[in-house]
Amino acid sequence: MKITPEIVAEHGLKPDEYANILRVLNREPNITELGIFSAMWNEHCSYKSSRVWLRTMPTTGPQVVCGPGENAGVVDIGDGQVAIFKMESHNHPSFIEPYQGAATGVGGIMRDVFTMGARPVANLNALRFGAPDNPKTRHLVSGVVAGIGGYGNCIGVPTVGGEVNFDPGYNGNILVNAMCVGIADADKVFYSTASGVGNPVVYVGSKTGRDGIHGASMASAEFDENSEEKRPTVQVGDPFTEKLLLEACLELMAGDAVIAIQDMGAAGLTCSAVEMASKGGLGLLLDLDKVPCREPGMTAYEMMLSESQERMLMVLHPERTEAARAIFERWELDFAIVGETTDTGRFIVCHKGEQVADLPVDVLAEQAPVYQRPWTPTPPAPYLSAKDVPDTDDPGATLGRLMGGPHLASRRWIWEQYDHMVMGDTIQRPGGDAAVVRVHNSRKAIAATTDVTPRYCTASPIEGGRQAIAEAFRNLSAVGAKPLATTDCLNFGNPERPEIMGQFVGCIQGISEACIALDMPIVSGNVSLYNETMGAAIPPTPAIGAIGLIDDIDHMATIAFKQDGDVILLIGETSGHLGQSIYAREIAGRTDGAPPPIDLAAERRNGDFVRMQITSGNVTAAHDISDGGLIVALTEMALAGDRGCTLSLPMNSGLRHAYLFGEDQARYVLSVAPSKADALIAAANAKQVPVTKLGMVGGRDIVLDGKAVQSLIALRHAHENWFPNYMEG
Amino acid sequence: MKSCVIIFPGSNCDRDVAVALQASSGSAPQMVWHGETELPKCDLIVLPGGFSHGDYLRSGAMAARAPIMRAVAARANAGTPVLGLCNGFQIMTEAGLLPGALMRNAGLKFICRDVFLKVENSDTLFTRLYQRGQVVRIPISHHDGNYFADAATLDRLESTGRVAFRYCTADGVVNAAANPNGSLNNIAGILNEAGNVLGMMPHPERLIAKELGGSDGRPMFDALASLLQNA
Repeated sequence: MKITPEIVAEHGLKPDEYANILRVLNREPNITELGIFSAMWNEHCSYKSSRVWLRTMPTTGPQVVCGPGENAGVVDIGDGQVAIFKMESHNHPSFIEPYQGAATGVGGIMRDVFTMGARPVANLNALRFGAPDNPKTRHLVSGVVAGIGGYGNCIGVPTVGGEVNFDPGYNGNILVNAMCVGIADADKVFYSTASGVGNPVVYVGSKTGRDGIHGASMASAEFDENSEEKRPTVQVGDPFTEKLLLEACLELMAGDAVIAIQDMGAAGLTCSAVEMASKGGLGLLLDLDKVPCREPGMTAYEMMLSESQERMLMVLHPERTEAARAIFERWELDFAIVGETTDTGRFIVCHKGEQVADLPVDVLAEQAPVYQRPWTPTPPAPYLSAKDVPDTDDPGATLGRLMGGPHLASRRWIWEQYDHMVMGDTIQRPGGDAAVVRVHNSRKAIAATTDVTPRYCTASPIEGGRQAIAEAFRNLSAVGAKPLATTDCLNFGNPERPEIMGQFVGCIQGISEACIALDMPIVSGNVSLYNETMGAAIPPTPAIGAIGLIDDIDHMATIAFKQDGDVILLIGETSGHLGQSIYAREIAGRTDGAPPPIDLAAERRNGDFVRMQITSGNVTAAHDISDGGLIVALTEMALAGDRGCTLSLPMNSGLRHAYLFGEDQARYVLSVAPSKADALIAAANAKQVPVTKLGMVGGRDIVLDGKAVQSLIALRHAHENWFPNYMEG
Repeated sequence: MKSCVIIFPGSNCDRDVAVALQASSGSAPQMVWHGETELPKCDLIVLPGGFSHGDYLRSGAMAARAPIMRAVAARANAGTPVLGLCNGFQIMTEAGLLPGALMRNAGLKFICRDVFLKVENSDTLFTRLYQRGQVVRIPISHHDGNYFADAATLDRLESTGRVAFRYCTADGVVNAAANPNGSLNNIAGILNEAGNVLGMMPHPERLIAKELGGSDGRPMFDALASLLQNA
């Protein structure tokens, strides 16, 4: 087949990128080779627009065993164990085919984790949908949630946490970001660097079919009016096979057969083979006649670009190969030696006795184009004074409206469709600040959370980036966990537009600053660009996943009020910042204004204080303050504990609506036994941590300055019913 | 006590129930692969929860035809206690060890949450540490838990005390509002005629300790452990 400029364009390669291919090959590629280049050099696999900025992020620390560049990040959790985790996007496929798109997103991220030798112990997700009244939204929510549940429930890994936003900015591009956390022994972590010459390259798992061809390329382009036609590029998930693959891989990894292993995710066979060879400085020979195929007559091109799921590529010690085969055959999985490592530095692919590709490994893997995309900083949003945002004459009614609206309503409808208890180690179920999963057979636990506030990022990418990390830090601290490390899933529009690139650069800057200040280095992540439809980009959404360590599950906190009479304390400073708050948007209809500023030193100081008080056993409940402000945090604690509270606003609290609904950062609500309140206040004063006594737990209402503004019954009704009612239409 | 947990391809609560058995009995169960044709000598057999064969045909349908199931049926008929949890219950109905069928939940969605169960029969190997009429809180986690049986079967189950658990409210009221999945007569778990086979959709193994959010499931495993130790 003659390679025409049209064919080059269909493969997502720019004319200058193709010219570069001609130059390094010194000849014209054939169609299979062109497909391989397009798979390796697309945005999704090569990070060509983001790479220069990703390099600026903090990725090291004493807790980091392995940072970005592997299948997932690896962090020390003591006792000779590590946590392995990552978050990844599956946005484009989920919009086109929500069930399978979301399901395979979950399957893919779990493979990233068990490829490295970890048993997955917790799944989380971060979902963004369009406006609730957009005609597509209900269908997409329903399909995505069913897909996430369908995969995670079947494989038997609990889905323990996540977050959901609705915003018209996602009408044409939903975001489905899936995170997985696994646990491994520190001396049993597996990497993707091939070594040795003549070692067998082994294919295991499902057979290769014609699904998902060009999936990664689709994820590297904008949507247009014909995007629905891309449905055939969405892969189909088989969680049952993944369960078998998980067990077989972990059984194999208990021995010493594996030299290198890489899952076949985006761009399948191509990407996994080239990456293993490239990292080892080797060549690789692949014989496609040995690849298990689902259907006859597949071409080399189709096999190299298939994104069929539940497949792995490994380099094994030759003398262990037959023992390995026995394991996979017992689990009824395909096992095929499909090639070998070489010292030629060439990626050679044979099919039906012919050589169909002969390409230099280093060019494919490392000489992908890198772009210094032009960028313009996002213009600063002016400060919005609380005086310019109308007060509410009925704070109770306003509270009820917010608690029963799409942004703050209970997500129970979603997480009850996820098995969040399987594996028997879920210590804190969904609905709190962070999920807590015990490390099996121990007293310690991993806390995990996903966070970002896209409306803050839109108004100020730098503050929004900082805030995403700060909120993750707070959510972990509020359960009593020491934050350890971060994974990021950077969802943005078209990076070829300078203002989008400016959002990307700003968010990275903010995230990096906060990661350093809060000691939460980035250890893994993923970039999803081109989230645009017909020129309209999504809000900048750098979703953050973070984990922390709880040394002893007897010393943690939940958000639920526990005991009538407990004293309620506010930690942190309240200025009444309403810009970009839920109140300003939903009640006052103001979408302008700067987001709340982030004081990273205060975040650190207040968070460390709260965690210390929790682990010392001085706190009966703790909750970070985020969307909706103070009164929403208090209401969530009251509903979780099924106990009301009586509050008196302090003398100097300023405008009432700003105090109640402002979204100032670095704040927490604590409840403490009356006997411990004075000591805790004194300890806070000694550490220069602002602390304010707000009131007392008890009753069946939220009582504000002597007046019952809302009953728990009414709040619960509003809070629990929005989602099911919405989904029923 | 010596117990066996059968592992089918796609079982995923096998470890969880092994942990519960070990916690109550002090000894780890023997894990038995579905492809085996013989069972070791044992005092209890557990068919764990999960998605055997992906639930790709009907839940439990393929696992019910696994080689090991012939041996399980023989032991069950000879009186060995057999406990089926969730997918294990589905496998039991597909294998004919228990009557009826588990259909898709009435709401058509997967449901994972704590429910309240009324102990209808405390005179069994499995439930003797509960009181008759006691309300316990146990999680469910299933897509296909909607119990169905024909009228004659249902009559027989009801009239002979073979309904072990029923979905109820926190106050023990058995009504439609407390029925999470549309099961006939709010049935959550049933016994065979001899009383040595119990199948139930809820997961008692998930609430066996305070830190997991409750321990109402623990008495079932304590009952099995102590009974079998005395045997």
